[in-house]
Formats: sequence, structure tokens, C-alpha cells
Amino acid sequence: MGAIGDFIHSIPVDLLIIQTINGIVTGMILALVASGLTLIFGIMDVVNFAHGELFMLGAYMGVIAFATTGNFWLALMLAALIIGIFGAALQILTLRPLIGRDPLNTILATFGISLVLQNYALWQFGPVARKISEPISAEFTLFYLQYPWYRIVIALLSGAIIGSLWLFLKYNKFGVWIRATTQDRVMAQAMGIPVPWVYTGVFALGAAMAAASGVLFAPFGGVDSSMGLQWVLEAFIVVVVGGMGNLGGSVVAAIFISLLEAYAAVWLNPSQAVIASFVVLILTLLFRPTGLFAAPK
Amino acid sequence: MSEQANSAEPLVRVEGVHTYYGKSHILHGVSLTVGAGEVVGLLGRNGVGKSTTLKSIMGLVRPTQGAVSLNGQAITGLPPHKLARLGIAYVPEDRRIFRLLTVMENLRTGLDRNGVTEETRKALLDKVFAYFPVLAERRTQAGGTLSGGEQQMLAIARAMMLEPKIILLDEPTEGLMPRMVSQIGHIIEALHKEGISILLVEQNVPLTLRASQRIYIMEKGNVRHHCAASALDVNDAVIKQYLGV
Amino acid sequence: MRAEASREEGSPADGRGATSSPLLKTELLSVKFGGLAALSQVNFQLARDEVRAVIGPNGAGKSTFFNCLTGVLRPTGGRIIFNGDDITGLRSNLISQKGIARSYQITNILPNASALENVRIAAQSRRHAWNMIAHHAGFADINERAEAALQSVGLLAKANDLAANLSHGEQRNLEIGIALATEPKLLCLDEPTAGMSAAETNETKELIRRIAKNLTILIVEHDMEVVMELCHRITVLHYGRILAEGTPEEIQANPRVLEVYLKT
Repeated sequence: MGAIGDFIHSIPVDLLIIQTINGIVTGMILALVASGLTLIFGIMDVVNFAHGELFMLGAYMGVIAFATTGNFWLALMLAALIIGIFGAALQILTLRPLIGRDPLNTILATFGISLVLQNYALWQFGPVARKISEPISAEFTLFYLQYPWYRIVIALLSGAIIGSLWLFLKYNKFGVWIRATTQDRVMAQAMGIPVPWVYTGVFALGAAMAAASGVLFAPFGGVDSSMGLQWVLEAFIVVVVGGMGNLGGSVVAAIFISLLEAYAAVWLNPSQAVIASFVVLILTLLFRPTGLFAAPK
Repeated sequence: MSEQANSAEPLVRVEGVHTYYGKSHILHGVSLTVGAGEVVGLLGRNGVGKSTTLKSIMGLVRPTQGAVSLNGQAITGLPPHKLARLGIAYVPEDRRIFRLLTVMENLRTGLDRNGVTEETRKALLDKVFAYFPVLAERRTQAGGTLSGGEQQMLAIARAMMLEPKIILLDEPTEGLMPRMVSQIGHIIEALHKEGISILLVEQNVPLTLRASQRIYIMEKGNVRHHCAASALDVNDAVIKQYLGV
Repeated sequence: MRAEASREEGSPADGRGATSSPLLKTELLSVKFGGLAALSQVNFQLARDEVRAVIGPNGAGKSTFFNCLTGVLRPTGGRIIFNGDDITGLRSNLISQKGIARSYQITNILPNASALENVRIAAQSRRHAWNMIAHHAGFADINERAEAALQSVGLLAKANDLAANLSHGEQRNLEIGIALATEPKLLCLDEPTAGMSAAETNETKELIRRIAKNLTILIVEHDMEVVMELCHRITVLHYGRILAEGTPEEIQANPRVLEVYLKT
């Protein structure tokens, strides 16, 4: 009895609250990255191993755009736009010719692209990490910490972007095209929907969202050529746990996993805390392999 | 327009089409025509290649030989989405409505085209809801929740949204109750009155003979018989030979 | 009513076959998919050395019936008795061992192996199946069996050709050869002439006629010429039930069957 009481007393409530906020913030960025990935997989059956590099290139574009314009928000939009167009070009040149072939081909293709882009960034920008200063440097007091407002803003902004995407898919004409194509590619074509271009559009959208996450994350952790790796791994875990192609599921899964890791970090050190997400992945694959929140098909 | 009717070129011409599924040689040189405003019936047993003929016209499978033309213009091998925009609508054998989209969204996939004015939109929707009142009631329901007969109506309504010149109708009465079967017959008649051509693949012989102006009968990947529908009766030897046992 | 009268216990219509018990029998065989009854209480009997066709319009349950007999699908009710053994619900490999062989609607051969190798693998499943050490050339009985199977389907001349390089008709016949190599008691053919030209169909029809001499054969086919010319008897399925059974002439004259086919 005493031991339990001691344990309860030892739980650092203030630390848990801080970690909850941290978990949600990281979760929202992760959700933004994972949404793009799950969209691409859900609609085109493409496992995009280059997604982390689109995140990374987005961050670099943000750095350049910021240096040029001096405005963070403008840099964010420009980076998303440029990488969106780049994503479209990439899809047309490398993935469109592979439509209809063994899915292994696209996996190899996107993996190859990821290597090319990583090394390109290393060559172009050098090994020294870049930084973007955060647009809002104000902070508020949270217990014994000075907590940056910027982190809250990121969470809200990511939420807004994902929310807009959801509304777009539900009500917009192209959103209906995308949903129809996901369900029945052949009949979508028979209804006049230009499916090859829907695929390009979706890839561009996913790329733009990855780029935006990269720019949002940049003030946190700096920008270097390998920043995509860690994020894409976590994003894939989120996509599997949330259900491939399930937008809502990936948001919930992203927050869930990030919270779990954040709490684990209270007792374990951060590099061990990552184990939490792998445990969730393994449990999901064992018991609900289509995802915890799999969409009905 | 009347010159068009007198000229030799039909709305759709299929000429010597050979289609394979892998190595399986399904169509062995199929030729047929559909005139503007005509209902043409395509009869035959299972597995003779009727659906494959429709799919070859719609670009869902690519013929290895032969040609398909629309109003004299070659369309063989064009992708389906281009053909839909040129005025060919396809209603497949298993309906294939978008199950997770609402009835309205299903219709929108055909309605949201370039160059459709607000008036045309309203007119098309009004027409389709007049034809199929039950679809108006179920406007916001997901396609997958509709009954088999309602899904067939939705599939036809969706095709009408394309304002097609010709509808390729694949076994619309299959699996439907007798009441619905006769309703399909009336719908085909109504579409015919509007001047839309129909290439009707069916196994229901009486319905097809009533609805069509001309009949083709297929067997083993070839057209074996071709005549006016009025010249055929359900008890004819030809019918028994190619469709019976 | 005529159909009832012609469904005699055991012996086929023309008196062939010495034994009186049916080789294959189903009792109240049923398959339900959710609310849909694909097969409803089918009582079917097949005599030894009979060639029987199972026909019927779309959705009649022909594939479901085949799949039950060959262990691909588990029935939800009823029994299947083959050669005196209850084989209901057995897995397909065990059913194959009992002596039921099947060819498939979509060609199911090994494209990168030669015709002979395809057939030899099937032959080996029956004898020396677990012998992994001896070279295949050492098994004279298997090689003889394989060559005999190729001979019966007219492909002995192409024994060393790669299966992928055979024509469509030859591939379909190879599939029959593979089934034959397992020395079956019952051969189930699933649309053997699908996708064939008139000439290939004729060849396959003759092939089946030749091998039918010592075999019991069950065929699902849409080509009525093939059915009428090859089969002793025909079973017509409709909505999962037996609508009629009888000789080709009886079935052709049966007005109910025609109604169902023409939807009159």
C-alpha cells in the first residue's frame, strides 16, 4: 500500500502536463507528415519511401525562402508550393510509367529517389545544419518552464491544414474525384475522371504537406540532409497503426504514439522512449493488422 | 441532322476486333454497328464475349486487332476517361457504383464536368430524379446502402449525367426481381425516346427483343446472327440454338 | 417430373459401368454466404465412368459446387461422399490424394517449367512425394506416368517446351494433363474450352472423349456443342438447386430449362 502511495506521490504531475503538450505538438507535426503518406498510399497504393526527403527538402526550401523574403509564413507557403510542384514532376517522370506493374517496382523507385535526394541535399547545402528562427518568440510560463507560444501555434496550424484537407476531400469537386478514384479506379475513368492526373495531384498534395511540416519543424530542430529519416520511420508506423488510407486514423494514431513516447520519456531517456512506438506497431500488426481505426472498404 | 441520318457512318462501329485476356482469345473478330438513336441488343450465352465487347469499346481492355470508331472518328485504344467525355457511357454488369460516396456524390462524378452550366446541372438532376424518384429520397445515403435494384438505377442515372450519345448497358436486369426487370424495360424505352443510343447486352431474351431495333447474337467470340428485332421471336430456332441448351 | 424419373440410383443412362454404387454422392449439400444460399440442399449422384456436365445460368452455383467437391470451399451443410469416404470439408490437398483432380478456369500451370516438368511434379505427388535426395531421372515409374499423361493430351512432342511458350489451347490441355498425372478417379474440368478458337475447342473435345474411356469426368461448360456431344448426362443448376437432370436430349426438350435460360 505504501509503495503504491509512494509511486503516486512520485509521479511528477507538472512534468506529465508538459509532456502532454509536447506530445500533442509533436503529434500534430507527425500527423501532417503521415496524412500525406497515408493519402498517397490509400489512393495510389504507392508506398512513398521518399516522403521524408520531401519533408527535408521542404525545410531547406523554407530556409532559402526565409532568407530571401524575411517572412516565415511566406516561406512556409512558398516551400509547400515549390515542393508540391516538384512532387508532381517526380510522380510524372518516375512513378507514372510504373502504374499497373508489380508494387515492388514503386517501392524500389521511391527508395532510390530518397537516396538521390538525400545525397543531393548533402551536396547542395553541405553538412552544417541550417536554422530558421521561429516567427513567434513569445513564451508563456508553464510551471517552471518558459514555454514557447510557437509550439502551440504549430499544433493549431497543423490541425488547420489537416482540417482543410478533410473538408476539401469531402466537398470539393476534386475531392470527390479523389475519393471516387480510391474506391474504384476503373469506374472513375469510365465517368470521365482523368485518373492519371488525380494520382499526380494527390502525390503533389502529399508532398506539399510533407514540405509544410518540414518548415514548421525547422525552428525546433534545425535543418540537415538526414532529418527526414527519423520522421518517415515514425510516419510509417503511424500510417500502419492508423490504417493505411485512413486520414482520421492517422491523426489519432500520430497523437497517440507521440503522447506515449512523451510520457515514456519521463522515466526513460528519449532514445529509449522511441521503443514505445515500436511496441504499439507490433501489437497493432499482431492483433489489428488493418489498423486500429481501419476505414470500412 | 437529317443528312447525318442518311449518311453511311453509324454512331459506333466495331470492326474486326480481337481481344485477349492474357493468352485467352476472347473476341475472334467481332464486328457490329450502332446507329444514332438506336437500341441494339447483343445476345449470347455466358462466356461468349458480350461484356468483353463492351469493354473493348470503352477502352477498358485494349483490342490487339481491329478498330472501334465513334461518328467515324477512330477511338480504339483511347483511355476510358476520354471516351466518357466524347459521349460514351458505360454501365457495367455488377453496377459498380461508388459504395462509400453518397447518391448525390455518385451523380456528381458525372455532373462535375467542364462546360456544364448551372442550368444544365439542374435540368439533368431534375430529369434523373423524375426518372428515379427513389434516388431523390436517398440523395444523401451512401451508395453501398442501396438495394440491388436501386443501385442499378443509380448506375444508369450516373451514366445519364454524362449526357451521353450512347450508353453501353451490361446485363442491367441480372439478379433483379421481375418488377424491377420491367421497370428497366421502361427506362430503356424512355432513354430511346430521348434519342440516346443503347448497346444492350442481355440474357433476358423477351426484354431485349421488345426494347431493341436490331439484334446481334454472339457465340464463342464471334457474331453469328444479325437481324431486325421484329424478325425474331423468342421461340425461334435461332434463339434456341445460340441461347438455349 | 421427367427429370426425377431419369435420376436413377447409381447406373448411368447407357448402362456403362459395372458397379452399382455411385462414385460421388452429395446429400443435402448447402453453402450459404451470409444471407445468400449459393447451394441449397443439393442431392447429386455420379456413377463410375460417367461423363457429366453441370450447366446453368449465371449465379446458378456451378463454381460453388465444384469448389465444395475439390475442398476449396467448406460447405455449410450436408455431406459429400466419394468412393465410400465422407470427404465433406476436407482440405484440397487431402481431397486430391483421395483421387479427385481438377483443372481450373484460369490456366494454372508453371510457366517457367517445361511441359514434362509440369506433369512430372503432379505425378510425383502420388508416389515418392517425400523423396528429396534421388535425382528425378531415377524414378522410372514417375517419368513413365508423366509421359503417358502428356501423350493422352497430345503434348508428348512438346515435352521439353517451356509451358509459357505453348499456345493457349495447348496450355489448357496441359492443365488437363497435369490433372491426369495424379491418376485420379474423378476428373473435374472447369470450363476447359474457355477462350479457345473453334479449332482448339474441337481438339480439346476429342481429347476429353479419348480420356473419358477410363475415367469419370465432371465438366462445367458454357459451350453447348461440347456438352451435348461429350456427356452421357447433364445436371442443370438454378439458384443453387438442381433444376433438371437427364440425357442431352431430355434436357434440350425440357421446357423449364429453356425458360430459365431465356428468362421467358
